[in-house]
Amino acid sequence: MNIVVLVKQVPDTWADRSLRADGRVDRDAVAPVTDEITERAVETALQLKELHGGSVTVLTMGPARAVDALRKGLAMGADAAIHVSDESLAGSDALQTSAALAAALRTVEVDLVIAGTESTDGRTGAIPAMLAERLALPQLTFLSSVTVSDGVVSGIRSVENGTLEVRAGLPAVISITEQAPEPRFPNFKGIMAAKKKPMTVLTVADLGLEVGEVGGDASWSRVANVTPRPARAAGTVITDDGTAGAQLADFLAGAQLI
Amino acid sequence: MGQILVLAEHTQGTLDRVTGELLAAAALLGEPAAVVVGLPGAADALLEQLAESGAHRVYVAETADAEALLVTPAVLALDAAVTAARATGEVTAVLVNASIAGRETAARLSVRLTAGLINDAVGVELIDGVVVATMQALGGAYIVQSTAVELAVVTVRPHAISGQAPAASAERVDITIDTAALPAAAITAVHAEVVARDRPDLTAASVVVSGGRGLGSRENFSLVEELADVFGAAVGASRAAVEADYCAHHMQVGQTGVTVAPQLYIALGISGAIQHRAGMQSAKTIVVINKDAGAPLFEVADFGIVGDLFTVVPQLIEAVRARQNA
Repeated sequence: MNIVVLVKQVPDTWADRSLRADGRVDRDAVAPVTDEITERAVETALQLKELHGGSVTVLTMGPARAVDALRKGLAMGADAAIHVSDESLAGSDALQTSAALAAALRTVEVDLVIAGTESTDGRTGAIPAMLAERLALPQLTFLSSVTVSDGVVSGIRSVENGTLEVRAGLPAVISITEQAPEPRFPNFKGIMAAKKKPMTVLTVADLGLEVGEVGGDASWSRVANVTPRPARAAGTVITDDGTAGAQLADFLAGAQLI
Repeated sequence: MGQILVLAEHTQGTLDRVTGELLAAAALLGEPAAVVVGLPGAADALLEQLAESGAHRVYVAETADAEALLVTPAVLALDAAVTAARATGEVTAVLVNASIAGRETAARLSVRLTAGLINDAVGVELIDGVVVATMQALGGAYIVQSTAVELAVVTVRPHAISGQAPAASAERVDITIDTAALPAAAITAVHAEVVARDRPDLTAASVVVSGGRGLGSRENFSLVEELADVFGAAVGASRAAVEADYCAHHMQVGQTGVTVAPQLYIALGISGAIQHRAGMQSAKTIVVINKDAGAPLFEVADFGIVGDLFTVVPQLIEAVRARQNA
């Protein structure tokens, strides 16, 4: 079974992230990390490979430094990496990003595409569904568990008001939730081996896309304006002298909250 | 005036509340129309409700596969409805609930129509004939307004839109979809959440009480629930509390969890890493109780108490109950 995992480099959610005036996340202000959900997707792929054989390829679209996310996937145990990298892709919206990723997926033989449910920066959760649409593959998304047997992928889809059991024949696109297994730590051997594994770089021209189709200037959705939320005024902080609970009740009553 | 198509959500013959919200949003942008996907005969019970909620037309796609296939029936129905609606005039936007399935439906539709996707809008308006959607980004730290080139496919956050569209005629237009035309996952079983939901939904609650690592254990976390019940509040948690398994994952408030904006947010034993703050800083009033005076969350508190939550909270519960009973 040939598995391709989508990985993404994002600004660290433990740091203070900011938006630029054009609505893009300021990727220079905060140290980039591999989005944890995509590491869980790699882990899921590696466990499926251990059970069923085949290969695991990690795929990302991003600037030159996004190669770190691919190297981490290779160090964890993936066999090969594809880096969609082209300056003209900057500012692409989900529609354009999914077109580029779908084109990259068409360059390899793939039985199962695994993604995280949604990235911690964009949070649209659109890409896995868009890829299923573009590649005409069944979509099994928001899976808290996944199994593959006899060419059929099945799992538990975890949604707001309960769970669904879903299944489809391969090939398919799946996305996994934070309930997926914890990612393994790359060991020294894995990190050394990663350096020798194949890394393919694909440009917009390699993907057969037109430069005018991708990037922020040609995007189908546009940010009109960005306003930071105003800073909060400082409030009252007291140290409990034995009556703090009662004082808080007074405060809440004064604010008509009780 | 352009037509605005809304994907109707319904359960056992009754419109879900969010459908009324979507039609109210649609009325701000143009002429609202609804798209119903359901089992054969499902639309009959919905037409009157859709008329009251302001749908001028109701595009009906009935198929035996409506509940057996994941996401694709709604995608095909919206696509067919846009085609049908364009025969009678311009379509300027499609509005879908920003649920998991709704966001995926919208994503696929935007590919089919090559239309810009705007996600999780908390407001919509028409400015110079252009649909402008307002969103919160990075956990509410920014307000972003976006537009789409030509047709906009917009997912709208539930509970974000108030008001009601004026009642309309809900003229029925049947459309046909071929569910076999699109590869799809089969839904083989549905398990509705069995937990009794006597607390409000986290994203919609006017009061949220959250607990963090300071609670110390899963048993102690019940203090958070006890305080929440005094206020009729929803229960939230920090990522640290979720990772320590004090409570369920879906209760996590923060950058990697739910974003909330209640009238009152009470944080118990939460230090307030950026991770958490980003998910609750748009609350109107913030109360913080923590024994560590250096906890960063005090920086955003309207009222903060440095103290032991296991003595402060029981006293608070007693004081609030006394006022409620007075």
